[in-house]
Amino acid sequence: MARITAGISTSHVPAVGVAVDMGRTEEDYWKPMFAGYDFSKKWMAENTPDVAIIVYNDHASYFGMEIMPTFAMGLANSFEICDEGYGARPIPPVMGAPELATHVAGSLITDDFDLTILNVLEVDHGLTVPLSLMFGAPDKWPTRVIPLAVNVVMNPQPSGARCFALGKAIRRAVQQFDDDLDVQVWGTGGMSHQIQGARAGLINEPWDRKFMDDLINDPEVLQYKPHLEYMIEAGSEGVELIMWLIMRGALGADVDEVYRFYHVPASNTAVGHLILTPKGSE
Amino acid sequence: MKPNYELFTDIPGTTIFTIELAHVGFELNQFCMSLRSAPNRDRFRADERAYLDEWKMTEEQKSAVLNRDFQRMLDTGGNVYFLSKIFACDGLSYVQAVSTMTDMDVPEYQAMMLAGGRNIDGWRSKKERGEK
Repeated sequence: MARITAGISTSHVPAVGVAVDMGRTEEDYWKPMFAGYDFSKKWMAENTPDVAIIVYNDHASYFGMEIMPTFAMGLANSFEICDEGYGARPIPPVMGAPELATHVAGSLITDDFDLTILNVLEVDHGLTVPLSLMFGAPDKWPTRVIPLAVNVVMNPQPSGARCFALGKAIRRAVQQFDDDLDVQVWGTGGMSHQIQGARAGLINEPWDRKFMDDLINDPEVLQYKPHLEYMIEAGSEGVELIMWLIMRGALGADVDEVYRFYHVPASNTAVGHLILTPKGSE
Repeated sequence: MKPNYELFTDIPGTTIFTIELAHVGFELNQFCMSLRSAPNRDRFRADERAYLDEWKMTEEQKSAVLNRDFQRMLDTGGNVYFLSKIFACDGLSYVQAVSTMTDMDVPEYQAMMLAGGRNIDGWRSKKERGEK
């Protein structure tokens, strides 16, 4: 049987991808941030999953405004890398996991989640920067990936409660898959940041730290935090953090905290990162 | 449930990209998406006005693009992830472009970020700031 072995959350700042691709990770500006992921790379090398379900948002890279799905899952054999306006990142394509993905997508739709199915998808920094942070710059990615794209750009976004429930449904679906697979769920984006308007540059460290505590210990309450609070306290783009609730929902009621990291700034953003495992699974 | 977009209007210095604003900005954002391809970026750089005239954008939106007035693009339905294709085309980073929407220049903005970012105190509510 397949099992959820861990949840990873991490910010997905585009400039981090540039720093990796241009070999700038040892520069003074970037060194402290990348050092925060040294533990994670070592841990991940010992705990590489067969499949990572990566919850992310597209940043007007693949989806235009013609189609704006609230939740969309990629079922393809592989996913090419988007040109986001600067040319595509020079990284390997992302290999899919179509057997598990079709099972999970079918289960979620049967569980009343009106999922959009993506048989063709190019992925952007929202998905590839977390891969770079956890795996560095390999010739090929060591895990297969199921992309789960969430609309966090256009309001109304899905509610936190809906995201948390989706995570729980992903857990049930994975556990009902017959193949023997280790599966991680990654929640990406955040933490506090605002990249538009006169209030751009907003960072709210106390709020971010409380969010991490509540995600670990009190997600049943955290799921009801209204979008308005994310937007006021964590910035207009901080609402991406609802994607972390999908990861948390997939881990079950109680978790062990393996690792935590927080750093300001990366470009305009507060970087937050967690490694969690279902309680008692170690 | 009826959405309440009025909730967002009290956040200072912030434009929330609602489904209504997305409708207003559709052509502007589609133009931005077209700049994902290198040949289109070249055509846009060669003659910005002619390229913009291929899109059913309002004159206000076109003039905001030509003047790189990102706040006015937000006000007329643009979203920053779409607008990023314009500043990517200009060879600018997010920090360089985003800082133009604030009252700081790029070095001041970068210094603020390095010092921990913009402190939220005083930035929660227009009413609290005496703004309309």
